[in-house]
Amino acid sequence: MGTALEIKDLYVEVDKKEILKGLSLKIEHGEMAAIMGPNGSGKSTLASVLAGKEGYDVISGSIEYLGNDLLQMSTEDRASEGVFLAFQYPVEIPGVATSTFVRTALNAQRRNRGEDELDAIEFLKLARQRAKELEMSEDFFQRAVNVGFSGGEKKRAEVFQMSMLSPTLAILDETDSGLDIDALKIVAEGVNKLRDNKLSGIVITHYQRLLDYIKPDTVHILADGKIIKTGDKSLALQLEEKGYQGIIEAN
Amino acid sequence: MVANTETINAVEKATKDYKYGFVTDIETEFAPKGLSEDIVKFISKKNEEPLWLLEWRLDAYRKWLKMNKEEPKWANIYFPEIDFQDAYYYAAPKSDAEKPKSLDEIDPEILSTYNKLGIPIKEQEMLAGIAGSGNVAVDAVFDSVSVATTFKTKLSELGIIFCPISEAVKKHPDLVKKYLGSVVPQTDNFYAALNSAVYSDGSFVYIPEGVRCPMDLSTYFRINAAETGQFERTLIIADKGSYVSYLEGCTAPMRDENQLHAAVVELVALDDAEIKYSTVQNWYPGDENGKGGIYNFVTKRGACRGVNSKISWTQVETGSAITWKYPSVLLQGDNSIGEFYSVAISNKKQQADTGTKMIHIGKNTKSTIISKGISAGYGQQTYRGLVRMQAGADNATNFSQCDSLLIGKNCGGHTVPYIDSRNPTSQVAHEATTSKISDEQLFYVQQRGLNPEEAVALIVNGFAKEVLKKLPMEFAVEAQKLLGVSLEGSVG
Repeated sequence: MGTALEIKDLYVEVDKKEILKGLSLKIEHGEMAAIMGPNGSGKSTLASVLAGKEGYDVISGSIEYLGNDLLQMSTEDRASEGVFLAFQYPVEIPGVATSTFVRTALNAQRRNRGEDELDAIEFLKLARQRAKELEMSEDFFQRAVNVGFSGGEKKRAEVFQMSMLSPTLAILDETDSGLDIDALKIVAEGVNKLRDNKLSGIVITHYQRLLDYIKPDTVHILADGKIIKTGDKSLALQLEEKGYQGIIEAN
Repeated sequence: MVANTETINAVEKATKDYKYGFVTDIETEFAPKGLSEDIVKFISKKNEEPLWLLEWRLDAYRKWLKMNKEEPKWANIYFPEIDFQDAYYYAAPKSDAEKPKSLDEIDPEILSTYNKLGIPIKEQEMLAGIAGSGNVAVDAVFDSVSVATTFKTKLSELGIIFCPISEAVKKHPDLVKKYLGSVVPQTDNFYAALNSAVYSDGSFVYIPEGVRCPMDLSTYFRINAAETGQFERTLIIADKGSYVSYLEGCTAPMRDENQLHAAVVELVALDDAEIKYSTVQNWYPGDENGKGGIYNFVTKRGACRGVNSKISWTQVETGSAITWKYPSVLLQGDNSIGEFYSVAISNKKQQADTGTKMIHIGKNTKSTIISKGISAGYGQQTYRGLVRMQAGADNATNFSQCDSLLIGKNCGGHTVPYIDSRNPTSQVAHEATTSKISDEQLFYVQQRGLNPEEAVALIVNGFAKEVLKKLPMEFAVEAQKLLGVSLEGSVG
């Protein structure tokens, strides 16, 4: 299948404090990897560094994505290369309709890749199709991005955006936080519909519950800034039984 | 040694000849620098004006002198003293010999802005004043001579008058005499007095009873496409039951040798009439230090004279070194409506003190104010608004919303609302917000594929959307692009 993402020995500081301490990770094309860890272990830092957020100092190490040196690329260039971050706390953008936002983003990426932009009609056709596949109503197209959205609506909107932008590396940052079981199922179904052998995914989560629905190919445990254990989905069940402390102590 | 009589006489003669020298040379280009009654007379003569108008101008000039050249200083803007004698008050259009020969001679920064705004080449040539482009370019831009002509024919069939005010004074003196200065009197303020004395030209519009003007009237289409003057005077009259939408300005950056622009715009709406006045202003804002930019000190006022009349002002102000204007509405007729929608950007070293005055005089009058101020760089922007409910304004209502958006750490946004209510049945509501573009928003948008400038443009357009959607279509699309271009370099 081939390696899509390879992180080698990554050290990252935030405000001079070392958060990632030699993290290494490899993800294949089409692989869905879960990353679980206690609070403060560096999960969000990892997501932010992959997406290119400012304020994170990479001290040493490398990240290669589809043969590109990711750390040398701007946030928007990484996006055009196929990196998508489903935010834990999606921010509001008043006055900007969701469909306008997604169309602008999609066309910016297409432009960056040298592809033709979609006109309004082509875009709407695609948007309607995706909304239908995700069983979402078109009502939210005209609503301003995330403004007045409930927690569940925000997460579903993230999945909609993901389906429109067709990423090759999707990072789901605690997508399950703040969701009740029903909302969780719907979001998970949405993500599952997008899974194919071209999409690699990193599912960051505290709890194994989400992983009942988005069944991962691999599970990594992140503790104190690096991956301490890797296994298949049964590792997540072990975690449920022993807790993070149990796993950490045993490793 | 005492000079002999002969010498004294000779010197006197020489001085006298010089002082009045230009009067004899009326055919040629321009008046010398400075302002005096002679200059006022010169301008009036150049426009071939009747005596009553010359007297009106002179009256204004004398009143301006009495104001003792004390410029008003209460606004939140700072600029060096203007030497009113160090300016030309009349200059003829450049001869072809003086004009640039091609776009290659134009300041590359201006050219780059034209390109970013998507302005076609022929239009660029016209805007840049390339020799030979003149009126022919306008026709070429809008596809054929026939467009301009059918437009004129259509209007005259409906009895609509749309011409330069200098022409209106000759062809429709009664109308001009009746309304000129009736909304903005000569003594209204320092700059209005100056404008009344030395205004160059401007637009005159009259819509007859019951007529709905079928197209947006634009200064672009003005029949006499002369260079935009520094002291424009515009008068628009909408007779009973009529409607007109007027567009002023354009998104292209406009340069002018004259630094001070003090225009006066008067609108009159009679019973059941409606005037929609939209402005997109992108006057040259000066270099990064604001040097050389234009001072845009404008007096704009509409009078809703008639019952059920309506006047709305929509403005997008992105240029000028200093913007100082308060498009206002006098709500005299019962049930009349006044609206003010504004987006103003102050970037780099720009300053703006702008807002509106809604004066409620009649019963059941209604006003709406939506002001979106965006500050970036070292820009300083102040919203200054007055809502006054006079004693007779029973059941009048006002709603005001003033939002400021700050980009970066060095800019300022200020709101100075005045509410003066003398009627217990009237209602005034004021809301204000101040926000900044957060790093989270920028990161979110960039993570979806937009670069920092595209991200700012998107967020700012969302912020200003409520106002932008009040603009006529053609302007709205251009205005969106303009907001993005005006904020370049404001982030990162």
